[in-house]
Amino acid sequence: MNKPLYLTLRPVGSVELFFSALLLFSFSVTASAETIHEERSKYRDIAVTQNGDRRCLLFNVHRGDRNQTCLYVSEPDRLVFDYTKMSFAGLLLKPAPEKILIIGLGGGSLPLTFNDLFPDAQIDTIEIDDAVVRVAKQFFFFEENENMKVYVDDGRPFIKRASIRKQKYDYIVLDAFSGDYIPEHMLTQEFLEEVKSIMTDDGVLVANTFSTSRLYDHESVTYQRVFGEFYNFRLPTSGNRIIIAQLGELPSQNELIAVAEQLKARMVKYGVSLDEYPRRLSTRVDWDMSRRVLTDQYSPGNLLREN
Amino acid sequence: MTKSKENSNSLASEKSLPQTLVVCMAFVSGFTIMTVEMLGARILAPYFGGSLSVWGSIITIFMLALATGYLIGGRLSTRSPSPALYGGFFIGAGLTLLPILLFSDAVMEPVFLRIEDPRYGSLFASIFLFFIPTSILGMISPYSVRLMVKTQQQSGHVAGLLFFVSTVGSAVGTLGTSFYFVLWLEVNQILWGAVGALVVAGGIILTVNSLVNRRGSSADE
Repeated sequence: MNKPLYLTLRPVGSVELFFSALLLFSFSVTASAETIHEERSKYRDIAVTQNGDRRCLLFNVHRGDRNQTCLYVSEPDRLVFDYTKMSFAGLLLKPAPEKILIIGLGGGSLPLTFNDLFPDAQIDTIEIDDAVVRVAKQFFFFEENENMKVYVDDGRPFIKRASIRKQKYDYIVLDAFSGDYIPEHMLTQEFLEEVKSIMTDDGVLVANTFSTSRLYDHESVTYQRVFGEFYNFRLPTSGNRIIIAQLGELPSQNELIAVAEQLKARMVKYGVSLDEYPRRLSTRVDWDMSRRVLTDQYSPGNLLREN
Repeated sequence: MTKSKENSNSLASEKSLPQTLVVCMAFVSGFTIMTVEMLGARILAPYFGGSLSVWGSIITIFMLALATGYLIGGRLSTRSPSPALYGGFFIGAGLTLLPILLFSDAVMEPVFLRIEDPRYGSLFASIFLFFIPTSILGMISPYSVRLMVKTQQQSGHVAGLLFFVSTVGSAVGTLGTSFYFVLWLEVNQILWGAVGALVVAGGIILTVNSLVNRRGSSADE
């Protein structure tokens, strides 16, 4: 694959010359990032690229999707993407989680970081695509251990079953929303009610959601219906919006700052500037409240993204 | 085509329905089959997720139900095809869709609790929810062929036309449901639409049939 393809083209006509020039050009553009693994799974095309020290996991490259996860091979602890870092803002509300649930594995940087921070906490990660689990293990240093397990399953039935078994989690991260396609059954009021039923009283829910398009309004209205007031967390450097919700009253700004002060030193090595987060957490309603709540009956998530 | 006139009464034993009506009804049946199938994934997702295997279950059960329907519908049509029974298929399919609307949770929950593997869970839930209405819808196709065919030479042409129309109906039902209906309406509202369309279609068939028979018998005298 790495052999330069343009050499195999016979320069017969000007059309072919044009295409070989085009090929040359595209090669020089992408030459710096080398694809070290490619596979087509049940759900998507998966690629792993390496650019110097930086290794990335990409889904559906051909449709131009962005990176799912990146890491620096020489310092795998350091988190690369803002949305991954932002997922730790829930620590401001739940500083020492003991049972963590993560929906969506990606490269595994979220569970790995949680395991590093809280070695005694039980961490369950749900990933629908077994190929992603394999790639995370092979290329992104992800490993299961006594306390950290991955289940290949759809997030919705996993949570429904956990609810029936009366299992509880005190830190839940919903991160199944990345990539091109949104699982519509995990945007609905009924789903969030199920999530709510497996949260401990002082537990926290951190959801990585879309911050653009009509879906922003619909999602906000739906979360509000289920959880009441929640924290909306955005960084100027990131296109993501993180929703942070709790069963009870949200803590005050000062309480958040106090927790951030205590924890910030431990978060430095991951590249998480926790002390900058409290002032970015807002309860201000900046969405159209007249939008329809998403339910199992009405959830055209992917159609709403278009507008 | 010219020869057909002489033989026209040899195959059709009763006063027959207008051909355009049968063709229109083929569209309705194709349309509703795919509308329900597209909604199937939506209905199952809260219990069994949105994995590829859930789609696999739905498509498998729809295919098996249609296959069964084709077989039974063909058998039923052999002796004397009755337009009244034909109308009954539509009404029956509409009524057997009602459990999806009214009791889908009651059907899926016990399956979900007993079967951990979402592949088999979704397969069994699909059987209970979709098999009967879809197989009744499947009976319509061979039966319509029988109602429309007057001569042997026509049979391929008639079958081709009916498959064409019902498959175009399926395409429109698929596109309409996945692109637009789910954006405008709730799942159950769309299903009520399908039930309504089938029952009204059956009602039209029965009405037209009784009109044709009445006129036929008065003309005979």
